[in-house]
Amino acid sequence: MAKGKKIKMTDTNLLLMITVVVFVVMYLGAMLFLKKGFLKPQTFFNILNANAALIITSCGMSIVMITGGIDISVGGVVALVSMSCAVYLDYQGGNVFTSLLLALGIGLLFGAVQGYLVAYLDIQPFIVSLAGMFFARGMTTIVHTAPFNVANEAFAALKGTRINVPGLGTVNKLGKYVNAYVEIGVVVALLTVLILFFVLRYTKLGRSFYAVGGNRQSALMLGINVKQTRFLSHLLCGLLAGIGGYVYFLHVGSGSASHASGMEMNAIASSIIGGTLLTGGVGNIFGTFVGVLSLSTIQNIVSSIGLDQAWWTGITVAAMLCVFLIIQSVILSRKR
Amino acid sequence: MIKKNSLFASRQIFIPIAALVLLALFNLILDPSFFKITLGHNSTGDPVLTGYLMTILDYGSEVAILAIGMTLVTAASGGQDISVGAAVAIAGSVILRVLVGLGGDGSLQAPIIVGFLAACVVAMLFGAFNGVLVAVFNIQPMVATLILYTAGRSIAAWINNNELPIITEPTFTYFGGFIPGIPIPTPFFLAVVCIILTMLALKFTTLGLYTQAVGINASSSRLNGLNPTFIKWLSFVILGLCVAVVGLIKTSRLSTINYSVIAKDIEMDAILAVALGGNVLSGGKFNIMASIIGAYVIQFLTTTLYKFNVSSDALPAYKAIVVILLVVFSAPTVKDKLLKVMKKQKGVS
Repeated sequence: MAKGKKIKMTDTNLLLMITVVVFVVMYLGAMLFLKKGFLKPQTFFNILNANAALIITSCGMSIVMITGGIDISVGGVVALVSMSCAVYLDYQGGNVFTSLLLALGIGLLFGAVQGYLVAYLDIQPFIVSLAGMFFARGMTTIVHTAPFNVANEAFAALKGTRINVPGLGTVNKLGKYVNAYVEIGVVVALLTVLILFFVLRYTKLGRSFYAVGGNRQSALMLGINVKQTRFLSHLLCGLLAGIGGYVYFLHVGSGSASHASGMEMNAIASSIIGGTLLTGGVGNIFGTFVGVLSLSTIQNIVSSIGLDQAWWTGITVAAMLCVFLIIQSVILSRKR
Repeated sequence: MIKKNSLFASRQIFIPIAALVLLALFNLILDPSFFKITLGHNSTGDPVLTGYLMTILDYGSEVAILAIGMTLVTAASGGQDISVGAAVAIAGSVILRVLVGLGGDGSLQAPIIVGFLAACVVAMLFGAFNGVLVAVFNIQPMVATLILYTAGRSIAAWINNNELPIITEPTFTYFGGFIPGIPIPTPFFLAVVCIILTMLALKFTTLGLYTQAVGINASSSRLNGLNPTFIKWLSFVILGLCVAVVGLIKTSRLSTINYSVIAKDIEMDAILAVALGGNVLSGGKFNIMASIIGAYVIQFLTTTLYKFNVSSDALPAYKAIVVILLVVFSAPTVKDKLLKVMKKQKGVS
């Protein structure tokens, strides 16, 4: 048992190391050869600002993937959360705090229903979350069809809140010093990463996620409640999709049925780049965080080279995913 | 042994047929005019049959053709290909590029069959790419095809340099519409041809048996002298062929292409068709006829919802509820529980 654990951890660490190295090399390369914006610290923080929601949802995705499942409904849930909160704030006269509760409620509801179907009725997670995605996307247009911007003042104030990063800033063209800043969402995202990192590494729940994902049968033999663990992984993913949805909403400040389209695929891609295996049992939340950063850095590089057609982003992201998958596959087959 | 197999098959085919009957009854009770078929004439004066049932035959055929390949991929590799929608866009783009070319005036530069064959080759190449990732590198199918899913539509746009060629030739519209003099939509015939070819292949070759063996246990089938890598790879190539046929139908319907919208979410319908057909999504035993019926059931459901004025954006929500209900009631654990409850009640009475 101890030996098996050791091998599992080295897998995780090796994959994580590759991801971190690739990210650092890529960013340094961009700094050296592209210069332009990449030398400014704010560019890095803008990547964080734009992807805070993706970081949070990817963490949820990683947990489900570590437990051996998949949840492709997160993008739909994010869209549903932002649309529901937008309608609630502007047409129902709700306040910011209750809208946050609404977001968490929607996320938990999706997580609970999907988790129950997957864990206790033993239906394939892919099919369950596929239906969840359809349902969330459909409900979004039923809640409100046309996209609109939220006018609520308290919300706008929260959305505009900027947290300065001490010591990092640039002198702009007018010779004025501008401090680098992050939005509230980034703080939430970083906290999420930190908390989940410790949960996965040091708590009983976190360890049982790995055990169930690695081998369901032996996890059962160890006395782990497999059904409950799988249920909790989906519940946690739903909750994180709810939080991610609210952070996304806070960043864009509008409700639209086309929000976060393809986010589930980006979340899966980030998790994989970060070293999570879809077969379960292997993964790391910090890796997922770096995975999101790598994914968005490559998108930024592509657009700053001048290939600003949206088409190129798709191709480069796919190429990157392909390379990472093959590296993983080669490493794992050598281990065997 | 054979008897046992056929019994299993007939039970499996029962699920989609029951769903079909249920949907038909639902429509019959609420509005029997759903089943009305009228013989009309289209803009060129040829006789065509119109009605909801014809729409189902027409659009269900696209999903049915993809469901054939998807069933084989599911059975052999134990996973699903989520890139078929993007691959359809690539196939359609290739057809337009070969037939019209860049900056063309819309007249045909090559016979339609050449365009179709080119699309077949390209789609099979992309299928082979997916197949190599899955079979050789042992990457989970859903993740491996995520690559083409992300890049596919970009590649499709790149093939035609992001232009939208339009084909003015009327014979090209036959494949997605009607052949003059025949009032039944052509996609249905294309689907029938594909189904017959598949059935012949399954009957006279060992494809079906080998696919099942690999899907149930790849390593033990290797010990029995099969080549699981090749069989898995082959299933993806066959799916590529199905994709090319759908690409032809899709571009023929529009006479042009829209890279980001064409065949959007069709992969989900195709996977649902396989699931509705009662096939095990983790590989192994499969029944292609059940998947095909499943495909038409899904189109039946879509058309029914459209008829009740559900907007195309809200449609997925209702579809999801129906799918979840179907899957829940066909789940083994639920079935067992229901049987137990029924037995208990019998015991009490």
